[in-house]
Amino acid sequence: MNKIWLIMLLASLITALIKDPSLAISSLITGATNSVSLAMELVAVYGVWLGFFALLEKTGVSDVIAKLLRPLIRFLFKGSSDKAQKYVSMNMSANLIGLGNAATPMGISAVNLLGDEMESANSNIIMLVVISATSLQILPTTVISMRAAHGSANAADFLLPCIIATVASTVIGVALVKILSKIFPDEKRKL
Amino acid sequence: MTAYVVPILFVIVLVVSFLKKKDAYSYFIDGSRSAVDLMISVFPYLMTIMMCVELFRATGVSEAVAGFVSPISRLLGFPEQLTELLLLRPLSGAGSLSILDNIYSTYGTDTYIGRCASVIYGSSETVFYVSAIYLSRSKTKKLRYALPVALISTLIGCVIGCALLRIM
Repeated sequence: MNKIWLIMLLASLITALIKDPSLAISSLITGATNSVSLAMELVAVYGVWLGFFALLEKTGVSDVIAKLLRPLIRFLFKGSSDKAQKYVSMNMSANLIGLGNAATPMGISAVNLLGDEMESANSNIIMLVVISATSLQILPTTVISMRAAHGSANAADFLLPCIIATVASTVIGVALVKILSKIFPDEKRKL
Repeated sequence: MTAYVVPILFVIVLVVSFLKKKDAYSYFIDGSRSAVDLMISVFPYLMTIMMCVELFRATGVSEAVAGFVSPISRLLGFPEQLTELLLLRPLSGAGSLSILDNIYSTYGTDTYIGRCASVIYGSSETVFYVSAIYLSRSKTKKLRYALPVALISTLIGCVIGCALLRIM
């Protein structure tokens, strides 16, 4: 990430210096301003979902969901604690129904519980990041509503290839992590 | 269908806590209290990425890079007009959504380009953003092979999706 960010920013700044230097500051501020309004929106979204998830947890409903997903999660996340598995199952179910923003707080907690305080991620953390980053969402609601807004004759026309694509990407990602975790074993804690 | 899931779960949770005589109100407050803390650790990542992507697009560098790598995306079966979307999708949700909007206005939603763009956007995630945010509160900072794996799998998924569009 460090290198990508550096290269992107450097290339953009140099271009701005050649083309139009005033673009630099205004775009940086615009981007930052957009991130502040997104953050405000996300505080509200996180507030609702974290409250909802606290209820799910305290009433034991989350345990039921975790139990349903347990066989799958045990296979994907070898040697993880029950508590970590619960957060992973919440994260995955929220992602599945297209609530990516609700999945984020659960994912952050899950990473902390899957982690072992080492600097390098273990294969369980990598698995969670890859699963979330390859998108589990079955129904891309944003795209459908945007197509409808643009007057599409059949807004849901792309769905089948889209679902196949997203399932394929997640399956390939999981398989690659399984293979690579054998080739590059996790760093062992030094005694 | 998915619109029903959350309200139904919400009703179940409230009924269960009523029957168990639990204090749902204060549980909810305790949960949402952590939202601000969470945003404090997430926000720097959010801002740093969005600021960079904004400048990257505004200076036209993203378009230039897209033009440069479009032969590769054509080789993979994508229309070359979609290269910028492919490049920015893993970096920024808002940035790539405005590109998608542009594509719909320029080429229409029901053309091959429009449908292919729908598959690309709908089947993928903001890979860089997700991985930065998920690790934002952890001591773990090195993701090892996670990013290349996520990016390559997403790309293969999109190639498959767009190839299927030609026959479906």
